[in-house]
Amino acid sequence: MKYDYFIIGNSIAAVGCIEGIRSNDKKGSICVVTDENYKVYGRPLISYLLWNKTTEENMLRYRPENFYSENRAELITGVRAEKIDPEKKTVELSDGRSFGYGKLLVATGSSPFVPPMKGMDKIEKCYNFMTLDDAKAIDKAVDGKSRVLIVGAGLIGLKCAEGVSDKVGSIKVVDLADRILPSILDKKGSEIVRKHIESHGVEFYLNNSVQEFKDGIATLKDGTQIDYDAVVIAVGVRPNVSLIAEAGGEVARGIVTDLRCETTLKDIYAAGDCAESLNSITGERQVLALLPNAYMQGHAAGENMSGGNVLYDNAIPLNSIGFWGLHVITAGDYNGEETVKADGSKYKKLVTAGNHLRGFILIGDIERAGIYTRLVREKIPLDEIDFEAIAERPAEMAFSRAVRKVDLGGISYEN
Amino acid sequence: MVRDYLYPEYEAVRNPDLCIGCRACERQCANLVHKYDSDLGKMVSNSATCVDCQRCVCLCPTNALKIVKSDNTFKKNANWTNEAISDVIRQAGTGAVLLSAMGNPKQYPVYWDKMLINASQVTNPSIDPLREPMETKTYLGKKTVSIERDRNGNIVSKTTPQLELETPIMFSAMSYGSISYNAHKSLAMAAEELGILYNTGEGGLHQDFYQYGPNTIVQVASGRFGVHEDYLNAGAAIEIKMGQGAKPGIGGHLPGTKIVGDISRTRMIPEGTDAISPAPHHDIYSIEDLRQLVFSLKEASDYKKPVIVKIAAVHNVAAIASGIARSGADIIAIDGYRGGTGAAPKCIRDNVGIPIELALASVDQRLRDEGIRGDVSVVVGGSIRSSADIVKAIALGADAVYIATSALIALGCHLCRSCQSGKCNWGIATQVPELVKRLNPADGKERLVNLVHAWTHEIKEMMGGMGINSIEALRGNRLMLRGVGMNQKELDILGIKHAGE
Amino acid sequence: MKKVYVNEEWCLGCHLCEYQCAFANSGMDDMVKALKGKEIHPRICVEGDNNISFAVNCRHCDDALCIKGCISGALSKDADGVVVIDKEKCVGCYTCILLCPYGAIMPGADHSVVQKCQLCTDNSAGEPACVKGCPNRAIVFEDRD
Repeated sequence: MKYDYFIIGNSIAAVGCIEGIRSNDKKGSICVVTDENYKVYGRPLISYLLWNKTTEENMLRYRPENFYSENRAELITGVRAEKIDPEKKTVELSDGRSFGYGKLLVATGSSPFVPPMKGMDKIEKCYNFMTLDDAKAIDKAVDGKSRVLIVGAGLIGLKCAEGVSDKVGSIKVVDLADRILPSILDKKGSEIVRKHIESHGVEFYLNNSVQEFKDGIATLKDGTQIDYDAVVIAVGVRPNVSLIAEAGGEVARGIVTDLRCETTLKDIYAAGDCAESLNSITGERQVLALLPNAYMQGHAAGENMSGGNVLYDNAIPLNSIGFWGLHVITAGDYNGEETVKADGSKYKKLVTAGNHLRGFILIGDIERAGIYTRLVREKIPLDEIDFEAIAERPAEMAFSRAVRKVDLGGISYEN
Repeated sequence: MVRDYLYPEYEAVRNPDLCIGCRACERQCANLVHKYDSDLGKMVSNSATCVDCQRCVCLCPTNALKIVKSDNTFKKNANWTNEAISDVIRQAGTGAVLLSAMGNPKQYPVYWDKMLINASQVTNPSIDPLREPMETKTYLGKKTVSIERDRNGNIVSKTTPQLELETPIMFSAMSYGSISYNAHKSLAMAAEELGILYNTGEGGLHQDFYQYGPNTIVQVASGRFGVHEDYLNAGAAIEIKMGQGAKPGIGGHLPGTKIVGDISRTRMIPEGTDAISPAPHHDIYSIEDLRQLVFSLKEASDYKKPVIVKIAAVHNVAAIASGIARSGADIIAIDGYRGGTGAAPKCIRDNVGIPIELALASVDQRLRDEGIRGDVSVVVGGSIRSSADIVKAIALGADAVYIATSALIALGCHLCRSCQSGKCNWGIATQVPELVKRLNPADGKERLVNLVHAWTHEIKEMMGGMGINSIEALRGNRLMLRGVGMNQKELDILGIKHAGE
Repeated sequence: MKKVYVNEEWCLGCHLCEYQCAFANSGMDDMVKALKGKEIHPRICVEGDNNISFAVNCRHCDDALCIKGCISGALSKDADGVVVIDKEKCVGCYTCILLCPYGAIMPGADHSVVQKCQLCTDNSAGEPACVKGCPNRAIVFEDRD
């Protein structure tokens, strides 16, 4: 059996890919294989599920009920793709079946990175926080008295903390770094967010690490001992690259792709958390493990797989995240000249380099943040806008009349 | 000084239960009547500067505002009215001529309202304008009376240039300067769509509006602002303004502060200089002088444009009209004492001139008596308020009417009569950019077109009722009118019978 | 498709569109009851002063970044091309706020979900309330495709 389009993985990049394919090719056959037993869902939702901000039913409605049938995509769940043969253009599945493909998308995502820690294998309740099943397992494992220890003060660990906060007795977070959310925040921003999270009862042990787990007690590097009932490991993620590596494709930090999202193997594309993208701000290739990136990269791959020729050349790091009502929006890169405004729990940092906005951090006041994102993403020359005004508050007004005319569609009345 | 104090004439009344504090009134009042008081946490109003233009009332989304006439009053006196006393106080304080705007608001008789229109019953059929053709098309200009033929018997046409109107209504003169660019644009666009004409007034023609030339009357007034060869040839007709109903006998004065930018360029005078229109044309002291100007203009426009002479309705209007008809003019425009203005001395506006109804009747009769009625068309203006006024005017002998105040009302004017302040909240009588933009010509044009369409429908209905199917057959048909509540002299001048006769 | 367009040449900065929007989406039939004494949360935002002003609301982009980035699939295009939000699915992550190049998506009144202009397809206003309420036809609802 051969499909015109075969997609390994059924997360956001896969949906983007299907929609990308169908924007060009309404007919070609599509097959999606996933080792999960669910329809597609946004992975970041699992913390909101724990926090009762959404339901499993709503989570699984990322796309409408009839998404696969409407797009005539066959979905195979609960089965892993084991091997790709780029010569014969086939994919072998864990259930023994093998399918041929015309074009293949590898959207295998990432897996939790779990560093070796002494005694970890003996922890009764130890979890990752990546999938719906992880969330369900944690939900089941904790009660109102549970003492939860989270290893890792990054996006995943802290969203997990917020998610379980109403369901557990205490939350303690350990991280090797000296601040939280180091991947998206600077020192000052990190401090603001940490204080806010601490005000909701979470205790941090930074600059620290677990030396040993033993009998419900974690001993930290500095000797501190923490009692726990459950442990969540959220240290980081690793792109799932083995299928491509084994098939002979080039792999760096993630699967190497060109701007058309094709791997070094012909007719094999990659998108999402397993693949590298070109960070258009820094010019470096990196894994941008972000949901919007997964969709856009998947979409571009799908378009190119179905005969299009689009370049995915405007990827930038983007993050929008909130903790107990304090919202943080960041984008781009922070190397450059800084304009900082801080006021209590509100914080704004704009980073410019030359004639461009390179990146920004907004904490608290995130109103109309997308206008800043636009400046970064579209590399809009700052001398063409009123940057002083826009630095004060993001507004369409800062753009020229001509730009506004295009944006808002106001044309002069002609007769 | 305490003796100068005058209690505000109007009060802005806010219903605090309905006000939602959206501040639209505050943002829209150029007179700064409304403001949000952050200490009190609510909107407050200072009525002292309110001119009752109704802008805030119209924009308030919850009907929380109304403007009422103040009930503060001087001791009641039928002779020394509040107005008379207030005017004395004002002048004692300033020593100045009182200025006002728009038309005479005094309680003089409105003869339109004392005339009634006939309708067919039994012995002559009325006509259903929805089923039968109804002609409102009107041609203005000298009409050929005798028919000449060449040797082969073919008619030799000597018809002088005519103005063709789809309906007997034109927008009368309002200068660019007295009204805004957007108001002018609205009028020009509407005239084009309606197949009628608008009039530049004495301020010249903005370059942008040359494109509406076939629907434009260009005016030449005593100041000759903006008059040049291209201008004279830009329109469909040329109007010599001898006088204006709102201020007969006096000139005009547009202060230098309003002579900026495009207005200065269009008027062809330096920025900041006062634009003074002399009371008379300094080259016209007789009908013969007028004839010279009429033919100068015809010469300049290659005899392709009809020339209109506009005068104010004054005491001996009939004799003057007779002279004009003999001057070579193609059309006489007569402006009654209720005609509007952007600024006039109040004493003139309220006391000089005569009603247009009487002027029209006597002019039409005089021209007929002299056998020269066909030499000119007669256009009347000066407070035409409705389609009925138009039907009555045409039955009295007018060929067409000029409307301006009603056109401005269509554009948003609420007749606050404060044009002279230059702070028109409706974007009409102002040159302040943020006020001018309040009149979107797309909207303005549509409302003018609606008004003229509506009136034309009504004219057809009334004509149909009389059993008349064309404007031609209504013209001068005074049998279609009857007077009520008038004395014999008035009836004689109007040339109509009393109701019941 | 018919969209809301804003012509700044005619915008007066009166802010009435914001109030009409807030009213239309209040679910109430009386403006005073709906808005009096309350902070309004319109889906259209007027920028500027007397000189230059204009209103900004959702452009219903063909290539809508907000939909692409939405983590829950709450944002989508309906059959008519209107970018709509399913508030049941929205978790208030504000990724759309991060992405919208016009700043046309904003937190709802209680900050738990976002809100945006849906061309009054989600209320009983009929023609968009901002268009109907604009005193100078600066905001129009037209098909310009």
